[in-house]
Amino acid sequence: MSDRIRNAFAKARRRGRAARIFYMPGGFPDRAASDTLLDILADEGADILELGMPFSDPIADGPVIQAAGQRALAAGATLRSVLEQGRRLRERHPELGLVLFSYANPIYSYGPEALCRDAAAAGFDALLLTDVPHEEEAEFRRPAEAAGLDWIPLVSPATDPDRAALLTAGCTGFVYVITVRGITGERTGLPAGLGERLAALRRVTGLPLAAGFGIADRAAADAVAEHADGYIVGSAAVRAADAGPDALRAFLRGFR
Amino acid sequence: MSTHYGIYGGQYVPETLMPVLREIETAYREALADPGFVAEYESLLRDYVGRESPLCPARRLSAALGGADIYLKREDLNHTGAHKVNNVIGQILLAKRMGKTRVIAETGAGMHGVATATVAALMGMPCTVYQGAVDVRRQAPNADRMRALGAEIVAVESGSQTLKDAMNEAIREWVATAENTFYVIGTVAGPAPYPEMVRTFQSVIGRETRRQMLDRCGALPDTVVACVGGGSNAMGMFAAFLDDRDVRLVGVEAGGEGLETGRHAASINGGRPGILHGCRTRLLQTPDGQVLEAYSVSAGLDYPGVGPEHSFLADAGRVTYAVCNDRDAIRAFDALCRYEGIIPALESSHALAEAIRLAPAMPKGSRLVVCLSGRGDKDMGNVADWKARHPDYRFEPLEKGSRHV
Ligand SMILES: Cc1ncc(COP(=O)(O)O)c(C=O)c1O
Repeated sequence: MSDRIRNAFAKARRRGRAARIFYMPGGFPDRAASDTLLDILADEGADILELGMPFSDPIADGPVIQAAGQRALAAGATLRSVLEQGRRLRERHPELGLVLFSYANPIYSYGPEALCRDAAAAGFDALLLTDVPHEEEAEFRRPAEAAGLDWIPLVSPATDPDRAALLTAGCTGFVYVITVRGITGERTGLPAGLGERLAALRRVTGLPLAAGFGIADRAAADAVAEHADGYIVGSAAVRAADAGPDALRAFLRGFR
Repeated sequence: MSTHYGIYGGQYVPETLMPVLREIETAYREALADPGFVAEYESLLRDYVGRESPLCPARRLSAALGGADIYLKREDLNHTGAHKVNNVIGQILLAKRMGKTRVIAETGAGMHGVATATVAALMGMPCTVYQGAVDVRRQAPNADRMRALGAEIVAVESGSQTLKDAMNEAIREWVATAENTFYVIGTVAGPAPYPEMVRTFQSVIGRETRRQMLDRCGALPDTVVACVGGGSNAMGMFAAFLDDRDVRLVGVEAGGEGLETGRHAASINGGRPGILHGCRTRLLQTPDGQVLEAYSVSAGLDYPGVGPEHSFLADAGRVTYAVCNDRDAIRAFDALCRYEGIIPALESSHALAEAIRLAPAMPKGSRLVVCLSGRGDKDMGNVADWKARHPDYRFEPLEKGSRHV
C-alpha cells in the first residue's frame, strides 16, 4: 500500500481542498519534451500524476488523448521508456503520488509480474487499467499488490452499489469515479446526480473518491470538490500541454 | 456461462460496459429458451434470407483438380450476399426484445454493415455503421448500399482507418449510448457473450451443411474449409463438426503479401496472445504490445485479431489454420468464376484456394466442403486493381492432379 497516495489525499484534506490529479501520456509529444511537461505538472500543484502508457487502440479515450497517445507512440514511447520517465520523475519529486495508467495489452505483453516489480522499483505507487474490469483483474491485481502497488478500481454511473462494494473491496489507494457514461474528453458542466452517486459510494467504501472524465476547468473542479476527495483532469491538461510548457503552467495555475 | 476459451476470451472492457454485457447475456439466454424467439429467427432466415442455402457440387472444378469431390456451401446466395446476415437477424431481434431503439455496427468490407443496415431497415430501427475511411473508399459500392438502406455511415479517420479502428470507434459510441443502443458485432470476437452469441447465430451454416451432406452422400465430409477474418463463417460452419473427430477442419487466414513480409492478417499463424476489443486472443502486435495494422487484398479479412475460440481450437489442435496469400486468393477467385460460373468474395476465395491445394491430394470420392461465405460483386474493382499492380499474373487453367496454388 502506498503512503504517498494516502498522504496526498490527507494533505489536501488538511488544507481544505480536493486532491489535484492530472493525467498525461508518457512520451508526449516526444521523450525530451515529455519530461519537462511532467516536471511542470509536479511543480505546479499536482498531488497525484497519472502517467499514461499510450496504446494503439484506446477504446476509452476521446480525440485529444487518442491523438496525444499516437504522437507519443510515433515518437518512440514504449512501456520501458514510460517506466524510465517514472523513475526520473520520482527522483525529482519524492512526494508526488504516481499512478501507472494503461490499457491491458502493453502490461500483458510485458508480463504483469515483471511489470509490477519494475514499476514499483521505478517509484510508481499504483496501477490503473482502463479495460480490466473486476472479473478479469486477478492476473494483474495480484502481482500489483504483491509488489506494493495500489490497485485503483474504476466505478461508473452504470455500476450499482452492490457492484461498487465488490469492485472496491480490499483496495487501497483511491476509487476512480467516472462521472459520465462515455469516453474521456472535455465537457461543460457536471452531470446531474454526481453528489448523490458519491454519497452512495461512501456507504460502501471508506477509500478516498476521486472523480474524473470531462473536468475541463476550475469551475468544474470546484463543483466536484464539494462532493469528492479529489478530481482528475485529463483531456484539458493534455490540450494545454500540447500548446507548450507556458500554456500548461498557466492552465495549472488556474487550479491552485 | 463460460466467458473464456482456455486462456482466451474474457471481458476486457471499461467498467461502464460490464452491466451492459450482463444485461445482454441474460436477454440472450432467455431468448434462446423462448420458442417464440427461435421461431421468429428461423422464419426470417427462411422467408427473408432465403435459407436454407444450397450445398452445391463444384463438378468442373473437382474434375479439373482430380481427387476429392468439392462441395460449396452457398452463403453467397443469402439476401445481402454473405453469411453476415444470419448473425445480424439474431442480434437485432435480441436488441428489439431488450427494448433497444437503435443499432450500431462496425464494418470492414462492408458486408456486415450492409447486413446490419438491411435488417435495421426491416425492423424500423435507426442504424449507424462505423467504417474505416480507407475501407469506405476501397469498398465504395457497399458504402452506397448502406446509405441507400437508410444507415448513417461514420468514416473513421483515426489509427489505420480500417476495421480495427472502426471497431474502436463503435465501442466508444457504445460506452456512451448503451442504455438505448445495441452494438451488433459482426464476428465471433469482442467481449463475452459476443463470441458465443455470434457463433450460435451462425451455426445454422454448419447444421445445414451436415444434414445436406448426409442426405446427399450418406456420409460426413472428410474435410471442411472456411476463411477466417474474425472467424464467424468458419465458427458457424465448424461448430456442427467439432465432435466429429474424423472430419478435418481447416481455417484459412489471409497471408497478404506473405507471412515473411509482415504484410498479412494471419493472427493465428503470425501473432501471439494479446488483448484487444474486449477479448484475449492471438493478435498481430509489436514486441511492446501495440497492435499492428493487418493487411490483406480482402478487406473482410483485414483484422489483426481473431475470435478467441479459434485461438483456442488452434492451440488444442482440433482445427488446422492455413495461410493463403493475395495471389493464391486471386487465382482461386478466377478459378471459381471460370469453372463454376460463380463470382466469390475475395474472403471466400482464400478458403477456395486452400481447397484447390488440398483436393488433388485427397482420395477419389472423398468429400471436401468449402464455405463460400459471400459473393464477389463488391470485389470486382479490387481484383482489377490487384491485377493492374501485378502485370506478371496470368490465370492458368487448372490441370488434373496439379498443385496450382
Ligand atoms: C464474404 C465474407 N466472408 C468472410 C468474412 C470474414 O469474416 P468472418 O471471418 O467473421 O467470417 C467477411 C467479412 O467481411 C465477408 O464479407
